Amino acid sequence: MSELFYNAVPNATRVAPPLPEPRQYPSEKPSRVYLFGTCVVDLFYPEAGMDAIHLLEREGIRVEYPQGQSCCGQPAYTSGYTEQARTVARSQLALFAGDYPVVVPSGSCAGMLREHYADLFKDEPQTLKQVRALAARTYELAEFLLFVCKVQLKDSGEPVKVALHTSCSARREMNTHLHGRELLAQLSNVERVNHDHESECCGFGGTFSVRMPDISGAMVADKTRALKESGAHKVLSADCGCLININGALEKQKEALRGQHLASFLWQRTGGAK
Amino acid sequence: MSAKQNILGKLRKSLTGTTPIADDFDVDLVTQPYTYSAEQRIPQLRKLMEAVHTEIHLTSGAEWPMLLAQLLRDRQLPSLLIAPTTPHGQRIAQHWANNPGLPALKSYDRPMEEWKAELFNDTPASLTGTLGAIAATGSLIIWPTREEPRLMSLVPPVHFALLKASEIRDNFYQVQQEFEWAQGMPTNALLVSGPSKTADIEQVLAYGAHGPKDLVVLILEDQ
Amino acid sequence: MSTSVIIPTVAVEEDFRTRAHKALGDQQLRNNFRTAMDSLMTKRAAAFSDAHEREHLRALGNSIKARALSKLPDLLEQLEQNLTRNGVTVHWAETVDEANGIVLSIIRAHEARQVIKGKSMVSEEMEMNHFLEARDIECLESDMGEYIVQLDHEKPSHIIMPAIHKNAGQVASLFHDKLGVEYTKDVDQLIQIGRRVLRQKFFEADIGVSGVNFAVAETGTLLLVENEGNGRMTTTVPPVHIAVTGIEKVVENLRDVVPLLSLLTRSALGIPITTYVNMISGPRKDHELDGPQEVHLVLLDNGRSQAFADSELRQTLNCIRCGACMNHCPVYTRVGGHTYGEGYPGPIGKIITPHMVGLAKVPDHPSASSLCGACGEVCPVKIPIPAILRRLREENVKAPDSPHQVMRGQGSKYSRKERFIWNAWAKLNSSPTLYRLFAFFATRLRALTPSNVGPWTQNHSAPKPAARSLHDMAREHLAKQGERR
Repeated sequence: MSELFYNAVPNATRVAPPLPEPRQYPSEKPSRVYLFGTCVVDLFYPEAGMDAIHLLEREGIRVEYPQGQSCCGQPAYTSGYTEQARTVARSQLALFAGDYPVVVPSGSCAGMLREHYADLFKDEPQTLKQVRALAARTYELAEFLLFVCKVQLKDSGEPVKVALHTSCSARREMNTHLHGRELLAQLSNVERVNHDHESECCGFGGTFSVRMPDISGAMVADKTRALKESGAHKVLSADCGCLININGALEKQKEALRGQHLASFLWQRTGGAK
Repeated sequence: MSAKQNILGKLRKSLTGTTPIADDFDVDLVTQPYTYSAEQRIPQLRKLMEAVHTEIHLTSGAEWPMLLAQLLRDRQLPSLLIAPTTPHGQRIAQHWANNPGLPALKSYDRPMEEWKAELFNDTPASLTGTLGAIAATGSLIIWPTREEPRLMSLVPPVHFALLKASEIRDNFYQVQQEFEWAQGMPTNALLVSGPSKTADIEQVLAYGAHGPKDLVVLILEDQ
Repeated sequence: MSTSVIIPTVAVEEDFRTRAHKALGDQQLRNNFRTAMDSLMTKRAAAFSDAHEREHLRALGNSIKARALSKLPDLLEQLEQNLTRNGVTVHWAETVDEANGIVLSIIRAHEARQVIKGKSMVSEEMEMNHFLEARDIECLESDMGEYIVQLDHEKPSHIIMPAIHKNAGQVASLFHDKLGVEYTKDVDQLIQIGRRVLRQKFFEADIGVSGVNFAVAETGTLLLVENEGNGRMTTTVPPVHIAVTGIEKVVENLRDVVPLLSLLTRSALGIPITTYVNMISGPRKDHELDGPQEVHLVLLDNGRSQAFADSELRQTLNCIRCGACMNHCPVYTRVGGHTYGEGYPGPIGKIITPHMVGLAKVPDHPSASSLCGACGEVCPVKIPIPAILRRLREENVKAPDSPHQVMRGQGSKYSRKERFIWNAWAKLNSSPTLYRLFAFFATRLRALTPSNVGPWTQNHSAPKPAARSLHDMAREHLAKQGERR
């Protein structure tokens, strides 16, 4: 968790951090941003990354994509390989040193940068400063479009019903589900339908899905059933980890329903080329 | 080394060099949302207690013995356990003396061991006073005494409780402060918020698990 | 003669995953849990309709427990002093064996044969029923749910609703078989059957054993909450009352229980208060007519001081045993409480049990979570359960010869092979050249991706990388954009 847990003495009893204040957003759109593409988008959903770039460029923002980037370190971190996660995180830190926003088309990776890097570097005061500064300018894509770009989307697509699945850490760490809902509400021909146990985990959980395949499988089976029963034509998510899980399961079940990254959907609905 | 010394030793070692966390108890948080006007208190208490199957009757200082006698008759209860030395016990005795034919009165006037079987098997109802009530949670405050021992409000299947309207407090915090509980607690103090219940089978609520099946509260509006 | 006597059988210790697999295949069990947990979640949400109040109350609950922990040894001594002054005998036990020994010696001193128990998770932790039964002492559960599971030789599957894995039909059959009563699925009738049986037991019992929800240092008061009245019976009718509790249950002031009580009952069952809040400050006084002649308190450590030694893990001891974490846990909801094997199931069980029995005995506990965070979100005392689970994973994969000894059984999942893989992963992801090379081959050779990639393909089609990586596409696109500028 965040450094707020730490009292002056390392062995002091910890108290919960103060209740979070609503995040303050810059009043003006920046002229350029970094895109942290994330490893899953890079290798499995590159079009989502490209559509994120298109959406940002349409707002008149220049996007930088540091070619040295790889992974935020979360898989190792959540598996308990903290040292390995720190090595990777350290290599990423240096790549996003400029003082402008880092936009991440993935809620859970954005959460890693914003919430957990501080824990990784808690014993390195110098790095911690850098980490705090990075956290302060890291945004999940939907959040950035909504509150920094203040986008007004104009829907040009046919009527469609969609279901929105939000990654758990993104939901709990950053309210990403609310941001997604708000963006979709701007699209006049898009009807967002709720699905049963919407706030429940899809069962991915990174390495959990391969360490505990029985339990993870039961979770994704329930999730895909709920999505199918929702009547949605399409599943949207701002998290490619969840999408790999949900789409992989739907494909195995030989279902036609698929999940798409929110960025791709937004871009397609608002005049972006397919 | 004793277990106590070992445990405390380990704990102290783990806290070496630290300072205790300051007390930031937020009184407003546990009182403000749970503050009521005089008119609100009875309805608030009633709403919560009735929601968990408590039977509530509004009555007065003059009329409650009559109401009680009626309720006993309605339920066909053959006897009532009372605390004869309390003011309300005396009121009942007096009313009973003037109205022959009412259910028998029993007194809890000897140690439980001396009449345990009768208490468990042949005591269908009891009447106790209360120290007041808490509107916020719908709870009666009961401090068992020598006159009204602990089991009086627990073993008989029907428990009648007398409550003076003026003694309904807003919340638990206020009660602790007013009665200065922190300065001294009795051997047993209770909050009772309804008849005994359980939802242990399929979450289906069933009343009368181990304690009273019925809790009947007589609120004396004029007292 | 049963077959186990004729043919010596070896008890096979099933592991978490085997039990989970079985539980997942039991549709009745799945339905029982899903229905119950849905209902408990709905009730909690309704009880905390004001989010502002809820969050501030949770913060206060956290700070009260943290304050108590920050002076725990002093408060324990203060509690002992005040209880002793009130006439309660206080005992200290470092281990479960010691605690059971203390209970047994009190029982023996009274030549007691029958013990009646109120609901107590610490007594589950001690496996007190088994311990006493082996010594020919009847130890009967009196909480309806606990009574049901004891009758069926099971463990509780939930800390608040011990028999939640059973439906009324299953309880009906159990009562019919074991008590010889007529089969009925009517819950009211079933409860009345339990009431009749247990009333007699309360009447006969020599000793009552209970747990404690909060032990108030300031006044020397043991506070117990319950709905059934069995807790009051247990602590009032038998001549001797023994309360057993963990050392973390102490709070500083009486007023501290006001918010904690509210958090406990609303988080657990969505109710503003339980039917009974029983505050015990001593045995029967000379002039009183009922109540136990003797009251004992057994303070149990059993690994708690180990959790206490680490400031992050210490937060585990904030727990007030409401069960909200399991009610909201997608894993618990699907596998049920018995899968966890030990007394405390669900998220809290996963972080507290390793301290009690050692990580090596429950090696899968930290991993059995998607870290979705639902538990941490609802915890009334703000235990960062997901962060602690992650931390336990770290302890679990540590090399056994690691100099820093945090907990018993640490390193139980250490694997040189796995560590090697993660080292390679770190190397790959921290070296742009290696990563690009990897991405190049993964995308260009995507046709060669195996169709069976172990456990992943159990639930999913084989993953197939995209034809080109975002690195490639972005480089090309941004270069063009650059030219245009």
